[in-house]
Formats: sequence, C-alpha cells, structure tokens
Amino acid sequence: MAERIDVSIEHRHDPGPDANGKRPANTCPSCGSHYRDDELDRTLRVCPQCGHHFPVHARARIEQLADEGSFTEEASGLRSKDPLDFFDLRPYTERIAEAELATGLGDAMVIGPGAIGGHDCELAVMDFGFMGGSMGSVVGEKFARACESAAERGVPVVTVTASGGARMQEGILSLMQLPKTVCAVADLHDAGGAMVTVMAHPTTAGVLASFATLGDITVAEPGALLAFTGPRVVQQTTREKLPEDFGLAESNYRFGHLDAIVPRPELRDYVTRVLTLFDGR
Amino acid sequence: MAAEDEIRLRERLSKLRSLPLLRGARISGELTKLQRQLDRIGSEAVGEEEISRLVQLARHEERPYALDYADRIFEDFVEIHGDRARADDQALVAGLARFDGRTVVVLGQQKGRDIAERTRRNFGMAYPEGYRKAMRAMTLAGRHGFPLVTLVDTPGAYPGMAAEQHGQGGAIAASQAVMARLEVPIVSCVIGEGGSGGAIAIALADRVLMQENALYSVISPEGCAAILWRDAKEWPKAAAALRPDARHCLELGVIDGIVAEPVGGAHTDHDEAARLLSGSLSTALGELEGIPGEQLRRHRRERFRRIGVFTEALAPSVAR
Repeated sequence: MAERIDVSIEHRHDPGPDANGKRPANTCPSCGSHYRDDELDRTLRVCPQCGHHFPVHARARIEQLADEGSFTEEASGLRSKDPLDFFDLRPYTERIAEAELATGLGDAMVIGPGAIGGHDCELAVMDFGFMGGSMGSVVGEKFARACESAAERGVPVVTVTASGGARMQEGILSLMQLPKTVCAVADLHDAGGAMVTVMAHPTTAGVLASFATLGDITVAEPGALLAFTGPRVVQQTTREKLPEDFGLAESNYRFGHLDAIVPRPELRDYVTRVLTLFDGR
Repeated sequence: MAAEDEIRLRERLSKLRSLPLLRGARISGELTKLQRQLDRIGSEAVGEEEISRLVQLARHEERPYALDYADRIFEDFVEIHGDRARADDQALVAGLARFDGRTVVVLGQQKGRDIAERTRRNFGMAYPEGYRKAMRAMTLAGRHGFPLVTLVDTPGAYPGMAAEQHGQGGAIAASQAVMARLEVPIVSCVIGEGGSGGAIAIALADRVLMQENALYSVISPEGCAAILWRDAKEWPKAAAALRPDARHCLELGVIDGIVAEPVGGAHTDHDEAARLLSGSLSTALGELEGIPGEQLRRHRRERFRRIGVFTEALAPSVAR
C-alpha cells in the first residue's frame, strides 16, 4: 500500500446494522472499522486495518487503473428495452431507472479505449451497483463492441468483472449474452488480441460461465466470491457442509482456476507488466 | 396449447368471414371478438395456467430423453465415455452414430428414467467433467469433419461443492468457446428443459431448435420466484414472466424453429416424437451441408452477435 492511514480508535467503533439491517457502506464487514469516503478513496477502497476490499464502482475503477485522462467512454447511449415487459413485484423499467439514478450509468458495464501504464487497451469494466452487475442485452452488446474495437485497433482487452450473473428480467435473452460474449472473445482471439480478466467481488453465474473465465490471463482480488452457484444455494440444494473459504478467490486459486490473486494496490502494476509482455511479440 | 387454440380460432374466423352477409350484425360482432382473441394470443405472455402445463410437460417423467432419441433416430450409436482427466459423468452422454447416411457426433444430457438411473445420472445435471466430456466429443467431431447434434435436456448444471471446486463456470464457458470455434455444422435441439448455463454450454449452434413443449430459460421458474417474488411457490408467475416457451423463444430470435410433438406431448408416443425430431434434424443439417467450415463458424458467431434488445441514443459529444 502506498500510504497507510493512521487508524484511530474511533474508526474501529462499529455502529452495527441500522434499522433496516444494513451496515453503513463505509464500515468494514470484516473488521468493523469505519471510514469517511475520502479516507477509503485514498486507499483505493481497501480497509487499511485488515485489507478487506470494498466494492469499487466502474468509473472509480477506471480512474484507479487507467492512465490519467486516457479513457474515453464508448457506447454510453445504450439502454435496455425491457423486451419481455417484465413485471415481478415491480416493473423492470422502474428497476433500471432507479439503478441509473443511483449509479449515473446506463447499465452495468462501462467500455472504452484507454491506456494502462502507457499501453493502449480497451477497458470493459462492470459495476455491481447497477442491478447487481447483472448481464442483459446492453452488457452483452457493450462487451462485444469492446472486443471488436480492441481487435480493430490491435490492442488487448482489460476487463474487470463484478456481477451476480445474467439479468433474469430479460429472460432467455440474458442467457443468450453468454454465447454472445463467448463469440466476441473468440473473434478477439482470432484477430490476435489478448484479454486480461480481473475478477472482483462477486463474479458469479452467467458472467463466470462466459467471458470472465476466457481471459488469457485471469486474476482476482483477494476475498472475491467467484462461483457458478454461490454458497447459499449450494448449501440449500445439496445440504453439503462447505469449507469456510468456499467459492472465494483463495479457494479458486488453490483449485487451479486463477493465475494470481492480486491485491488492489498492486493491480495497476500487475496489469501493466502483463500488457508489456503481450506487447513484446 | 396456444397453437391449437390459435388454429381453432383462425378456422372459425375464416368460416365466419366466408358466410353470406345476410346475418350481418351478430356475426360482425363475433368477428371482432375472435380477431381480438387472436391478437391477444399473438402478443401476450403465455398465461400462468398454460405455462404451468408446459412446465409439467417439459419435465414429464415419461418424456423421451436423449438416449431414447439416440436409439430411434441414429444408427449404430457408439457411446464414448470419460473426460480423460477425472471421471465419466453420466449426466451427459456422447457418442458417434450414423444419421442420413453419414457419421455424426451426438451429445446431450440424460436425466434417467427410474430412481436408480436418475441417481446415477444426477437428474441430468452435469458436473464440469460432463462438459469436458462434451468438449472432447465436439473436438473429435471437428477433427474428423463430423456434423455435431446436441440434445439439450437439463434442469441446469449441478450446483454442488465438488462441481464448483472442479470449475463449473469455467467448464461451461470453455464448452461454448469450443463450439464457437468448430468448423463443422452444429444443430442443437432443446428436447425438455433448457436450464440456463447448463443448457447453453452445449447449444452454441448454427441452428437451434426447440420441441413444441420444451422450455428454454435463464433460470428455473422456482429459482426466479425465490429471488424476485421471495417465494418459490410463486413459480407459475415467474414462469409466465420469463416466457420460456418455444413460441416466445422463436419470436425473440433465440431459436430457429419449433419441432412438433405428438398430440398430447412427446411422452405419449416416443416413436412418433423421434420421427418428428428426426425430420427436423435432417432438414437443419441439410441446410448446412456444403457450406465451408470457415463460413459456418463466421455465421454462427454472427447469429449470436445479433441477439439482444436495446436502444441507443447518440452520446453527447465530449467537450475537449
């Protein structure tokens, strides 16, 4: 870590869950320390006390990773069209509008050209804050365009994933974003392009079962849940006794599903090193 | 069945239209009513009652499974076993066979008929080992230029501890990636439940078909209801909202054709169901015959590249 923050005792006083059972956003769920926004921003939203990685929004992630001023957003005008007129307890359109207001994003992925450590690349970064980072038509289209743009310019794709899976509200069309993104990666690879995947917490279900696991280099942040089926559902369905670190990055690394676990403060340097190597053909 | 209703209504409608205009007023009222019913059938989500019936048909315990079709549709089916790494997952069957006078590779999930077989086959829910066996079969097809036929019938990929540890998500992705790369014709048909990732793992095809009473969905109705309605018992509502039926999948451009079933459903007559499926597979494979592999692959990828529904507003130009 570049700079450690002096954590005074007041930071460790955990106010506990509020009336709705939610903990304040800046309270560390792992050690109970709590912080002001600017404090956490300075440490890339990693708890200085215990190293817990707080979620990072897509735009903030791009600021952390990309060279200053290098990123230009593409396809920001894409919006979901509610193809099924989906209505559960609330209409899908209402959920989208709410997510857009809350995040300032059109959907759960931000794409565009940028540079990391001086290497031109195409970024495709997910935002868990937008409907759980779920992948519907817009995310699939944006990812496909990112791959196409990278292939055209002859640069690698760097993708950061954070997603609960496919977006149920788009029914079968959301499932079809799995093969769509898989085909996009295949096209990128055929054009000689590389892909580096950084899996953030959580990367599950449809996104794990499509483009996320197809990176040439695939790494994850510490403690990230990376599972096709999460522990709660596995437990409910099979009644198996699960190990403590079930589905976490550390377990995935041990079972051979990841190239590395990279703490956030080291991520930029790590990606730069990898991009340098892919540049040296 | 929506289709039968529709045919019945259309018949009545054309009869009424052809009647002499003598009895005018009442009939024209009837006409409007019928037309309205027809319009509704065309545009609305399938009702909860109907979708519940479809879910039961798609999961019917007497419904023909992949091996029932393999026996009836293909000649000389020789099953292959094992992923050459860890195990032989019997939830997913694969093999070589003859079809229309040529060798093909067939693979699909197999649910199992009685309790013993269901346990052995894990109710058609494959582990990563199953998808790796599938990839082995696909690669074999590609190496020797055999067309690939996949029969999709699974509640989903198995959601268990070992499945996760052995890389369920990665195996599903890798299997799709193999299919995106093959230079042989691929035809997939959903013959029962097309359950989410476990289904798409073997369905990245040139032609995707669905039997009339099959379902193709991103999540099980029960799973969707548990999450969005916070009560799995609300599954008929979720099933209706997800529109997992063949007609909607066709409308959305997700599948290329619907395979008819015997009246009452495929379970009522396995031989007839096989005959109908065989005809559709034959037509689909025939359409793909003679197309160069590189072109097949490009069109296959373009087919999936197009799927999705969204709008695009011009982005405000960035001030520099």
